[in-house]
Amino acid sequence: MPERVAANRTASRGLALIAVGLAGLAGIYVLALRFTPVERFQGLPQKIFYVHVPAAWSALLAFSLVGIASGLYLWLRDPRLDRFAESSASAGLVFSVVMLTTGPLWGKPVWGTWWTWDARLTFTLILFFLFLGYRALRSAVADPLERARFSAVVGLLGFVLVPFVHLTVYLFPTLHPQPIVLKPSAPSLPGTMLRTLLASVGVYTVLLAGFVMTRYGLGTGEEGNREGRDDGR
Amino acid sequence: MGEFFRVALAVAAKDIRVEHRSRTALVSALAFAVLTLVIFNFARDAASLSRDAMAPSVLWITIAFSGVVALNRSFALERENAALDGLLLAPVSRAALFLGKYLANLAFVFAVEAVALPMFVVFFGVDIGGVIAGVILVMVLATAGFVAVGTVFAAMTVRTRLAELMLPLLLLPFMLPPVTWAVQATARLLSGRPAGEIVGWIRLLGLYDLVFLTACLLVFPSLMDE
Repeated sequence: MPERVAANRTASRGLALIAVGLAGLAGIYVLALRFTPVERFQGLPQKIFYVHVPAAWSALLAFSLVGIASGLYLWLRDPRLDRFAESSASAGLVFSVVMLTTGPLWGKPVWGTWWTWDARLTFTLILFFLFLGYRALRSAVADPLERARFSAVVGLLGFVLVPFVHLTVYLFPTLHPQPIVLKPSAPSLPGTMLRTLLASVGVYTVLLAGFVMTRYGLGTGEEGNREGRDDGR
Repeated sequence: MGEFFRVALAVAAKDIRVEHRSRTALVSALAFAVLTLVIFNFARDAASLSRDAMAPSVLWITIAFSGVVALNRSFALERENAALDGLLLAPVSRAALFLGKYLANLAFVFAVEAVALPMFVVFFGVDIGGVIAGVILVMVLATAGFVAVGTVFAAMTVRTRLAELMLPLLLLPFMLPPVTWAVQATARLLSGRPAGEIVGWIRLLGLYDLVFLTACLLVFPSLMDE
């Protein structure tokens, strides 16, 4: 039972983090709309930048966590790693949906098109499908050990695939802006905008941590319940 | 090391022998590939889109879909009568088992391609004469990579519900890079571009093969332990 108690505690801490994250998100809206200058050429639609980029950040971070946890699981065979990978994949799926919906909403007024087959768009779409495939596979395997091994293989191979997808889509012409913050020279984003962006990245990271922890805690509890039932039979 | 390859070849030979004796799977996969080509011809507005413009994409979409269909059956055979358990009981390396299944799948997909390519040339009126060696090289390199990943995934999906649906869902994202590069290389070959424009795509295909064949050899054993 102590494990169940610990799991519940993880889940409640995760919920607390989500609450902090949501409050922070409200703060980001105020910060972005009220205290950050309007971009000269794009006008108000550019504000979605402060949601879109951080969501992309969280999705990529979640994807890396899935890949690393999957690799470690295949090596150490610790069920906690499997649960962690699953939690990260579920959270990552949410963030990739946010990224894929805010992108077109921004693209339509600014580029004049909902979608373009640009490097980053295609890349994130594939990321979304990898998350989806990972989740679908999990729900299609009944045996927990088999499920853990199978999904770890998909998580790890997906992680290996990412650079190749990146390479593929990078070779095509694009409408999408080039990196403006993480690049060899100094960030070309004005200070106030950079501040809002970084604050939002922080908030999204807290949200990711909250989602992963809640899901992880609930997953541990669920497994405990299942074991309890099996013992009773 | 000799033992390793002997086991792999024995497994591959077994699969190929089974295919050869029944032939149902191969004939069905071939028919599927040719039907796909036929559908593509009619799914095109003849007035606005020339066959040439569409040809490389048609060839590669046909190969990708036929590849998925072919891979789907790769472990179905082992599942019937619990044949896989027999294989796993044998005191041989799991990586050698993978290599064997991989080689058999490769032979199967190559057989489908060996029919699909001439049919493609006939149906789409492509002049392939001067660049046949290049097209075959691209085909071999692109196929070698996605069949490796497909072999690993087929070993898993055959043990899931909705196996036939699960394999394409998992495998198609992994097919995106090699298929894209193969289309680029094939289009340049068919339009007679200089070799310098094609070498880059060939290198990428080779890199993909190297990375994924290694990764698959390493992860496959962990799928098989009970």
